[in-house]
Amino acid sequence: MKPRYVMTALLAGAAIAGAALVQPAQPVKAQAEEATPPLPDVSWSFEGPFGTFDRAALQRGFQIYTQVCSTCHSMNLLTYDDLAGTDGLGYSEAQVKAIAAQKQVPDIDKNGQPIQRPARPSDHFAAPFPNEQAAAAALGKAPPDLSDIIKARAGGARYVYGILTGFREPPKGFEMPPGGGHYNLYFPGHVIAMPPPLQDNTVQYGDGTKATLQQEAHDVVAFMTWASDPMMEQRKRTGAKVILFLLAMTGVLYGAKRRVWSDVEH
Amino acid sequence: MAVSRNKLVQWIDHRLPVFSYLDHELHEYPTPKNLNYWWNFGSLAGAMLTIMIVTGIFLAMQYDPNTGDAFQSVERVMREVNYGWLIRYIHMNGASFFFIVVYIHLFRGLYYGSYKAPRELLWMLGVLIVLLMMATAFMGYVLPWGQMSFWGATVITSLFSAIPGVGKDIVTWLWGGFAVSNPTLNRFYALHYLLPFVILGVVVLHVLALHQHGSNNPLGIDRKGPQDSVPFHPYYTYKDMFGLSVFLIVFSIFVFYFPNALGDPQNYIPANPMQTPPEIVPEWYLLPFYAILRSIPNKLLGVCALFGSIFILFVVPWLDTSKVRSAYFRPVYKWVFWLLVIDAFALGAVGAHRPEGIWIVIGRVGTFYYFLHFLVLMPLIGWLERPLPLPPSISEAVLKKRAGGAVAGATAARAKP
Repeated sequence: MKPRYVMTALLAGAAIAGAALVQPAQPVKAQAEEATPPLPDVSWSFEGPFGTFDRAALQRGFQIYTQVCSTCHSMNLLTYDDLAGTDGLGYSEAQVKAIAAQKQVPDIDKNGQPIQRPARPSDHFAAPFPNEQAAAAALGKAPPDLSDIIKARAGGARYVYGILTGFREPPKGFEMPPGGGHYNLYFPGHVIAMPPPLQDNTVQYGDGTKATLQQEAHDVVAFMTWASDPMMEQRKRTGAKVILFLLAMTGVLYGAKRRVWSDVEH
Repeated sequence: MAVSRNKLVQWIDHRLPVFSYLDHELHEYPTPKNLNYWWNFGSLAGAMLTIMIVTGIFLAMQYDPNTGDAFQSVERVMREVNYGWLIRYIHMNGASFFFIVVYIHLFRGLYYGSYKAPRELLWMLGVLIVLLMMATAFMGYVLPWGQMSFWGATVITSLFSAIPGVGKDIVTWLWGGFAVSNPTLNRFYALHYLLPFVILGVVVLHVLALHQHGSNNPLGIDRKGPQDSVPFHPYYTYKDMFGLSVFLIVFSIFVFYFPNALGDPQNYIPANPMQTPPEIVPEWYLLPFYAILRSIPNKLLGVCALFGSIFILFVVPWLDTSKVRSAYFRPVYKWVFWLLVIDAFALGAVGAHRPEGIWIVIGRVGTFYYFLHFLVLMPLIGWLERPLPLPPSISEAVLKKRAGGAVAGATAARAKP
């Protein structure tokens, strides 16, 4: 028997048996939801292998976080001294001290009594609520912590930008659930508990930048990207050096390997 | 025999023959001269194991295996420990690259028949390493205590509840409680630290078994004399170092520029037992097995198929009935091998998708074909197929190829009608 026929017979057998296993697929539930459009095509300075953070944009974004987001959202993984220096937002230590001092954080005094005191640079960002239950009780649903938000969402920076700029009137025929909520183009299922946090001129920028909705979203997303990955610049710099070294080493090793093998017939 | 003129080396070697041992296993050790670059992946796997153990030890110095602080302690490594992000990203992407390397190594063995006599135990030890790696990787993924850590652990440990009668009790015993919780995290951490050293032990046995008969080679024929081989050092040490360097470039691109590309964003959300994520998916390297599990409509049978799909690899040396090792000389099996590769990728895609519509169909056909390959095609083709004539020796085939012709056997076969 020729192998070809054996193969054909075997494959045919496999196909028949496979087909027998397959049950009729269940009809896919008709989706009442509107299709989610592709994420907005925005670009940032931090993209690409050599991209860096725009310190002015980060500072503007931090202003938005402080004045708008931080009324509901915590950012527990960050400390105030993360804001200082070249890996931070470019603030001096004195500036960071002043920024921290404006916030109150819980502590215990000498007598063991709970108190509120002004934050120090080594403190974590002051949270709007003492815990998740308190946040949920006040707002209906606990808002997510924003420390890692860019890393924690598929689509990253573009997705969060999309959420911030994607509030619309619900399209005709779309039924908002009775519990309330807001229609958003990019949120899965389109109903998000968060009301639109940003409009034109939500904040007044100190550097004269015009505070349009797009500009504000762009800046605060840049800030949150930094917050999710504050070591990004160091990572890319180190990566360039490591890869250049490896390229050189690969060249040398290739030469060495050829030389070692030159006396073998292969 | 003196291994060195150095008096100190001689003094030590006389009492503890480490130097003669290395000389014997590296320098005298004969290796086929015709190994191609697919043979680099064994030493690459060794390099990856080393990288994982070293970075893992440093991570363990910072990690806190407590459900209240595990997530934060990993973030502390990323944000506050000097170059902690580097160590953690190497370890995290290292898991993926370890699997890439080992899967290539495994498929290389399947293609060139490296599991055939007298290398059956060598192969079985290798399968055991893969199995231990899967357990280690699964438990390691639980440690950051993100959403996918928690829910992945819940789904996978719950599989044992399919065992009739005692299933529920076994799951409670595995968890150390009535849900995945602090005791679960603690024991996973303990085992995640232990298992890599168990793997290291099995790797030592794997290399011992390898050095008994030496490497297989692309032609799948035995070495007949010194003209067929070269000493491992310096020939393959240099070739392996060159390969390692190329591999490290690819690895570095991921570590430094796409560190989270292979991970699930959900795992940057702290574990929340009250909120199930929309999709619970394992890491990519377990997706084909996850697909097999979900393709069987019965839970117990699904779990059996999942474990069966790995355990079947142990008996491959006896399922393959062909007298010829290398698929190079096997006109039918060669194609079936590539079908298996396609099947593995298809099952991986199925594992990544919700089991709906066409994915159910592909999953079931793919699962069926996976077992068909090993249980039916492998033995049957071995019996029925007529392999091409083998070249008389490695060196003759190599010289002929060098002279411009194709490998001896292939040309001879094509000449026949």
